[in-house]
Amino acid sequence: MTDVQPAFAPIPPALRRRRSPKRILSAWGFGALGVLSLVAVWELYKLLGPEDGVVIGDIRVLPRTSDLAMPHVWDMLTRLAEPVTRSADALPLWVVVAQAALVTLGIAAVGWLVAVVVGIGLALVMQRWRIAEWGLLPWIVLSQTIPLIAFAPVVRSWGSRVEIGAFEWQDWMSVALIASYLAFFPVAVGALKGLQSPDAIHVDLMHSYATGWWRSLIWLRFPAAVPYLLPALRLAAANAVIGAVVAEVSTGLQGGIGRILIQYAGQASGDPEKAWGPIFGSIVLGLVAAGSIAILGAILKNYRRVEVNT
Amino acid sequence: MTSEAVTITDVDKTFETRSGQVSALQGINLTVAAGEFVSLIGPSGCGKSTLMRLIADLDTPTSGTVQVFGKSASHARRDQDYGIAFQQAGLLPWRTVAGNIELPLALHGIGSRQRKERVAELIDLVGLSEFADRFPDQLSGGMQQRVAIARALAEKPALLLMDEPFGALDEMTRERMQTELVRICAETKAAVVFVTHSIPEAAFLSDRVVVMSPRPGRVQEIIPMRLGAARTEGLREEHAFFDMVTAVREALHQGSPVPTGPRGMETR
Repeated sequence: MTDVQPAFAPIPPALRRRRSPKRILSAWGFGALGVLSLVAVWELYKLLGPEDGVVIGDIRVLPRTSDLAMPHVWDMLTRLAEPVTRSADALPLWVVVAQAALVTLGIAAVGWLVAVVVGIGLALVMQRWRIAEWGLLPWIVLSQTIPLIAFAPVVRSWGSRVEIGAFEWQDWMSVALIASYLAFFPVAVGALKGLQSPDAIHVDLMHSYATGWWRSLIWLRFPAAVPYLLPALRLAAANAVIGAVVAEVSTGLQGGIGRILIQYAGQASGDPEKAWGPIFGSIVLGLVAAGSIAILGAILKNYRRVEVNT
Repeated sequence: MTSEAVTITDVDKTFETRSGQVSALQGINLTVAAGEFVSLIGPSGCGKSTLMRLIADLDTPTSGTVQVFGKSASHARRDQDYGIAFQQAGLLPWRTVAGNIELPLALHGIGSRQRKERVAELIDLVGLSEFADRFPDQLSGGMQQRVAIARALAEKPALLLMDEPFGALDEMTRERMQTELVRICAETKAAVVFVTHSIPEAAFLSDRVVVMSPRPGRVQEIIPMRLGAARTEGLREEHAFFDMVTAVREALHQGSPVPTGPRGMETR
């Protein structure tokens, strides 16, 4: 929203902010329409597309339309309700996926928390000392250019050597650490921008009140940073989930959704619909993670009366 | 405490810029008595805002001294001897009207009961009692500016520093705010240093008007306003008032090499 209201005719915020039931309904409607049109594109291509896909030169630009490569949407959905394996006591696929997703969500949440602490810590250092910003920011940007799968095994092997007293490094901690590595970046950048966002007039005002750095931080800079922090935290949540899933795959951690993603993909030749279960699971996982930040946003709504677009 | 609110002695201010040193203020000498209303007026770039920032210790002079109630400017700032208001209201958008007014009190650890009483007084003073729980984005520009003035008065300062506080307001709101400021000053007995672009505004409000010349900023002339104590709406139409406006305008034109009048000056 970029509409600028003239100073003389302030529109009551009730009209601006609180969304009417009608608008909420239409938002959900458009969301459902988006999903449905995706389903329609999938099924239409499967119906009309060539059996062997579209190949230009040696590159297949569109996939094969066989049931193996593109199962029907309804087949994928019904597969979710069927048991995982043929054994008598097997749970339905969706339960197994949900359990694995919960494990991954837990790990991602730990990674997210670590990322928030580290990201805000870095932002504080960079805000406090200009020279730290010059020194640190390029490295923070550079850190994101290292591919995850390159250092995931390194983290795991280092982690396995960590043992301090009763504390022993667990494999899931490596995954959480890798998730936090991917998630701290938006937090650090967003928090820095937010902490630097107060107007000169507000900084002058705090100075005139003889307020020190710490107290200005709490009274001015953190509240002013909220509109910048919320999108950063949402991005970090999504990144933490991606980081956790990828790290589960590359460190071979059992129990999470990354593991069954690989496992079921291996069984796809015999049971193609099954491989899509964990994929749907990870989509829901990402949505849940990002959506939970919306709750934080609702709690902090007074601090985002002036919305920023980042 | 001395009888002088502000004493400025031989103050120079130069800014370091990429293209060399720029002299913003040169040889400024000025005193403001306790309870006196002094306006700083001059064309854009004459350093009047800089001078106010020196008094507020938001900047430091290159040479010379600024004393506030006999103390150094930075000492006076730490003692909270002044209240300040800027051209923009500068309210914190996440705090209500009451929350913004009580900000300096809360920052300085005043108890919540005293804070509440003081805020109620101030909200009353600026006539916003019904808006205590509103947020700044729900207020008009004039109302926001009144909140900012209430905030500046929160700690009962004996000195008010105001940098074009009505500059962004429309003419009607502006005149009403001027009348209110006169009333508030009479009630609080605070000395005021008031930076403005507007000649009638300076003439209406001030005991003395300090006319400044640009580049480097100097005090060109100090004109006492002989308008008596009663600053009411009626004054705006009196002969004496027009005489004072003319006096200030002539002083301003004297310092300007441009025959058409100083640029950036409002003569309304």
